[in-house]
Parts: sequence; C-alpha cells; structure tokens
Amino acid sequence: MIRTVLVAAGLVVTLSTVIAQSDPIAERRNTMKGVGAATRDGAAMAKGEAAFDASKSETIFKVYAAAAQKMPGLFPDTAKTGGESTAGPKIWEDPAGFKAGFAKLETEATVAAASATKDLDSFRSAFGNVTKNCGSCHEVYRIKK
Amino acid sequence: MRRLFLTLGIFILLGLAGFYVFTDPRVVSPAPEIGTLPPPDVENGKLLFAAGGCSSCHATPGQDDKLRLGGGLALPSPFGTFHAPNISPHTRDGIGNWGVKDFVDAMATGVSPSGQHYYPAFPYTSYRLMPPKALADLFAYIRTLPSVEGRAPGHDLPFPFNIRRAVGGWKLLFFDGTPFRPDPTKSEEWNRGAYLVQGPGHCAECHSNRNALGAIIPSTRFAGGPDPEGKGFVPNITQHADGLANWSKSEIAEMLKTGFTPSFDSVGGSMAPVVRNIAQLSDADRMAMAEFIKSLPAVAGPPRPKKAE
Repeated sequence: MIRTVLVAAGLVVTLSTVIAQSDPIAERRNTMKGVGAATRDGAAMAKGEAAFDASKSETIFKVYAAAAQKMPGLFPDTAKTGGESTAGPKIWEDPAGFKAGFAKLETEATVAAASATKDLDSFRSAFGNVTKNCGSCHEVYRIKK
Repeated sequence: MRRLFLTLGIFILLGLAGFYVFTDPRVVSPAPEIGTLPPPDVENGKLLFAAGGCSSCHATPGQDDKLRLGGGLALPSPFGTFHAPNISPHTRDGIGNWGVKDFVDAMATGVSPSGQHYYPAFPYTSYRLMPPKALADLFAYIRTLPSVEGRAPGHDLPFPFNIRRAVGGWKLLFFDGTPFRPDPTKSEEWNRGAYLVQGPGHCAECHSNRNALGAIIPSTRFAGGPDPEGKGFVPNITQHADGLANWSKSEIAEMLKTGFTPSFDSVGGSMAPVVRNIAQLSDADRMAMAEFIKSLPAVAGPPRPKKAE
C-alpha cells in the first residue's frame, strides 16, 4: 500500500516536473492564478468581508513565497512568447532585475508568514506591503494584452 | 501656358498664406479671468498633479523621487521619439520663469510661452478640460516642488513631423479647445467622474485607437487599441463585453486604488504608475470616476490579440 502511494506520488512529482519543463507558459500562468486566488482571500480578510483566520493568512504568504521561488525558473529562452503569454521582453533583457524582484517578494512573504499572521491589523499592513510587489514587477516585466 | 503657371503660382501662394494664417500658434488666452483668480489652493493642485499623472512622464528617469520633474523620459511613438521636458520650477531649464497665463495657455491650448505649438504627445487635448482656476492651483503646487537643473534632450522626429508649425494644422482638424461643461441632467458624482476621467486623468489618451495622424478616433474612444508606445494592447474600458461590462462600480474604484482586477490579477505596464497616482485621490473621487466609466456606452474596440484568462 505504502509502496503504491509512494510510486503514485513519485509519478505525480515527475509528471508535474515534466509538464513544467515542457510547457513553462502554462505552468507560470497556473502559478500566477494561484497567487491571484490567494490575493482574493487576503483582500476579503483585509477589507473585513471575510473573518480573519490566522492559518489562512499564513497560507496566503506561503503561496506567495513558493510562487516567488518557482517563477524565475519558468522563463527559459524557448518560452518568450506563445500561448497567451503576457511576458514582457524586459524579462530576458534584464534577468538580474527580474530575479531580484522575485527574491524581494520571497523574502517579504516569508517574513510575513512567520510574523504577521497573529491578528488582523498586522496581517492587513503586511498584506498591503507584500502585494505592492505585484504592480511594481508587472509594470516593468509584463506587457499589456 | 504662361497664364497657367501664373494661376498655379497664385494658388500655391494662397495655399502657403492660408497655411501660415491657420497654423498660427498665437492664442487668444482662454482665461481672461486669470488676473481676478482667488489665491491658489495648493492642496487642490496636489490632487490634480496626482490625477494628471504629471510625474509619470516628467519625473527624471532612473531615480526614485517622483517629485523631481527634470524630464528626459523617452516616449516612443509611430512619429518618432518624444522626450518629456523639464517642468520643475528651475528658472532656466524648467518652468520657473512662467506666469500663470503661460501655464494655462500651455495646458489648455497646447502653445508654449514663446508661441510654439506643443506636440499632442503632451495630452493638452484632455488637460484643456480643466478650468483656469484648477490650472492655477496645479501651477502653484508644481512651484513648490524642487528645482531641477538640466534640459531634457529635444524630440527625435523625422521629417515632416519635426515641423512644429504643422501641429497647427493638426489642431485645426482634431483639437477641440472647449473647457469642461457639466451635464445638468446627470448627478454631481457623474460630473465629477467625467471631469476627472476626461480632463486631468486623460484616460482616453491610451485607452483609444488612433488614426494615421495620431488623433483619437471619436467613435471608438475608450474602446482600447494598440499601445501608442508600441508595447502590447490597451484594454477596452467601455461597457462592452470585452471591456468592463462585468466589473461593478466598486470593482473599478478598487482597481484604481490597489491595482487588483476583480479576478485579482494586478495591472501592469503603464497602468501600474497610473494606479499609484490615482490611489492618492479620495475614495469618493475614485467612485466618481467609476460612476462615469460605468456610463460609457458599449463600443467594440479594434480587434485585439486573444485575451488572457
């Protein structure tokens, strides 16, 4: 039984890696969709439309941190355009700046996940600050579509 | 034969004379009341500075202080590359020597103090909706900002676009110089929004398709089009299904404050600095802008690339 589960889990991991490698555009779009979904939850709590939930707020920042870690590897030279990609040419012109943006997001999200999930006020201010990264990166590295 | 040449010559002379007269940049100032304006309201000027996104083009590139208006940002266009000028209060390189009337003429008629036409890359086509009092407030605010030395490079435009006089002809064809007139049949909120969106906000300058001469095509105003700076596509913001039909008024106001769309995508490109600017306005002003935008009739824009989910 354990063996079957392990094999299955192994297969899933391999498969998703293969998918990630074969279709980085789809993979980065899915990752960003996950970020958007987390932001929807976060915004609802920050605006008082949903009750504050400490574990949920931690999850939100962890989703950001994981995405920030994963994203920079999903922009190989072979995936500059295609699909419905809105990736801007700047990503490949200034890879250092592009990676630095994600590094900053990862650091800030990790700190927030560890320290800013106790109460609504600290969550709200950390959420506001961390999500500023979205616009500042999209401004430079994404084209309009 | 000689007669034909004579007639032709006369026509050419008449044409040149007509061109000269009709493209004359001298203006009858739209603001005879300038001398009688009350003392400027600097706070209102600050609000209009944010609403107008002045710093997005005029702030010195490559440094973080958005209030240092040294200019120099390159604006690529199908007609060549424009460079935003220095509008800091520096007396030699900026607009420190200008009077209120110079500023009002520049913003409302697109004519410089030395009597030259400005290119409509400077969106006086929208700013002209601001009344002289508002422009005087804005001018007073800009004068409180740091003075920055140094002139921006000149525009890099090929012939014939480098002939400023020709802009006079463009204005004859496309420039409507009337100030904003509130619509008495609409609410106060709608009128406030209409003023902010069409005047200082100059939203239509990017969110519209343009003709071969670079003028906004009125029938598809606000319906989006290719990015005038050549990067991607600017969305339709009318109530068309491809536009903002499915966005509520508060969702539009929220996007203008936080940059998040209803599906929690974060707007990018040149909309990111627009949001940073509009976020400085009051919630009431953003709701007013949304009220006006929700009233825009559904108009299909030019065909666009497949929209991302």
